[in-house]
Amino acid sequence: MERLLRVEEVSKHFAGIQAVSGLSVSLEKGRIAGLIGPNGAGKTTLFNLITGFHAVTSGRIFYREADITGLPPYRIAGRGIARSFQDLRLYTKMTVLENCLVAQPRQAGEKLRNVYFRPGWVRRRDRECHQRAMEHLAYVGLQEQADRRAEDLAYGEQKLLAIARLLATEADLLLLDEPTSGLDRGSLRDMIQVIKGLVGQGKTICVIEHNLDVVRAVSDWVVFMDQGKALASGEPEAVLADRSLAEIYFGA
Amino acid sequence: MISFLLHLLVLTNIYVILGVSYNLLIGYAGLFSIAHAAFFGVGAYVSMVVALSLGWPYLLGLAAAVVVAAVVSGVLAFPALRVSGDYLVIASLGFQVIIFNVFMNWESVTGGPAGVPGIPRPGVLGWTVESPLALGVVSSVMAVAAYLFVRRVVSSPFGRVLRAIREDEVVTQALGKNVTGVKVVVFMVSGGVAATAGSLFAHYTTYINPYFFTLEESILILSVVIVGGAGNLTGSVVGAVVLTLLPQALRLVELPEALAANLRQIIYAALLAAFMFFRPQGILAERTLTLTGKD
Repeated sequence: MERLLRVEEVSKHFAGIQAVSGLSVSLEKGRIAGLIGPNGAGKTTLFNLITGFHAVTSGRIFYREADITGLPPYRIAGRGIARSFQDLRLYTKMTVLENCLVAQPRQAGEKLRNVYFRPGWVRRRDRECHQRAMEHLAYVGLQEQADRRAEDLAYGEQKLLAIARLLATEADLLLLDEPTSGLDRGSLRDMIQVIKGLVGQGKTICVIEHNLDVVRAVSDWVVFMDQGKALASGEPEAVLADRSLAEIYFGA
Repeated sequence: MISFLLHLLVLTNIYVILGVSYNLLIGYAGLFSIAHAAFFGVGAYVSMVVALSLGWPYLLGLAAAVVVAAVVSGVLAFPALRVSGDYLVIASLGFQVIIFNVFMNWESVTGGPAGVPGIPRPGVLGWTVESPLALGVVSSVMAVAAYLFVRRVVSSPFGRVLRAIREDEVVTQALGKNVTGVKVVVFMVSGGVAATAGSLFAHYTTYINPYFFTLEESILILSVVIVGGAGNLTGSVVGAVVLTLLPQALRLVELPEALAANLRQIIYAALLAAFMFFRPQGILAERTLTLTGKD
């Protein structure tokens, strides 16, 4: 199996708090990894380190065998790592379609010199972008809502839009931060299908998830984190069956 | 009477240019700088220096004004890269004060507080724009050009990224956009367009001094944007018309000149506060674009 992402001995201190300590983990191409562990285990911090929003205190991070440690977030995203946020952070005042349009990489019309000197090309490229954005929305079932403002969507739809927007970045590695939290049963089923289907689109996934049924349903393997360390990893059933981990997770 | 109306037209056109360029920055990109009068002033002074000290033709002065103001504005962007929101207001306030002091104290170039008279009227290809009518036409052409130029920016994919940054800078970075680069570019464009208004102003009034480009002036331009509607370019045109004509309407009410001048400041401030309170979206609110599959 090809390792897409390699986190090597990464640590992160925040003013005396050891959020992540000496963590090593790899993500294999085309698989869905579940990242589990109690609150405060450092799961979201790990996402912030991988995507460049926090600087590592020590250690290195490699993507496709290239060292990406210390790159600014937009460059890391440009290389193919995109992440979602627990609180979604949609562009609420923009339309559903625009949320997906913005996310597309390398648009001709993002450079003003193209806007003024190659307007025809910009228009053509933007039409292609519209088409792709509609495809991304169709994947999560939101194509009918394209012209609505993101803030007018139901909560479950907003969560799906966050996924469509990630898809629009054309990143190969998607880091999902609690994509199912707060969803009702029906939306939960949809979301599980959407996440599993991403692999068919050539994506590699790492998902932070608290609902262990969802973990079982979507992940090929899981990493169990506590106090900034990876305590165990392996098949979901094996890790979830480990009693010492269950004690940490649920509190003994 | 006609020449007075044409005078109001030129003033309105100047504020249209200032309004749309400022709206680009605060309405679309959400970068709340209050140093716009500084770029207005840089445009005026650079254009004046090119005309008087170098004796070059007007269009070269205009071009130089745009380039210098864009660069200066790009410099202001640097603190704006690190700070946003409230802190940008403070940083830009400092910037406004610094530029004002440069106008005041760099006397060999700017003439200091006394200002510089005798700036020639704009000349284009050997034709000097002299008559009120010609000035009205030329200023209208410049205002329309500035409006179309900025509209092109905001309706492009670049403009989409601007609105994205306004809504959420962090997520826009996470989606792979070079937010820093975009901010620098939008500051430069905004400052460059504002400089055309400065150049027009200097060659229209033929006299400039630093007091035209103070913080109060920045606040007046802010009123144009807020009253018209942030994030709506047509709103800035409406705002420019309202705020140019309002003082004239006040003149109809007979008041001692000293009182009238103070009253004007109070009315601007009251107008700003009233809009913030009762209609924060301005006269014309921002439209949500619906453009499935179209451009």
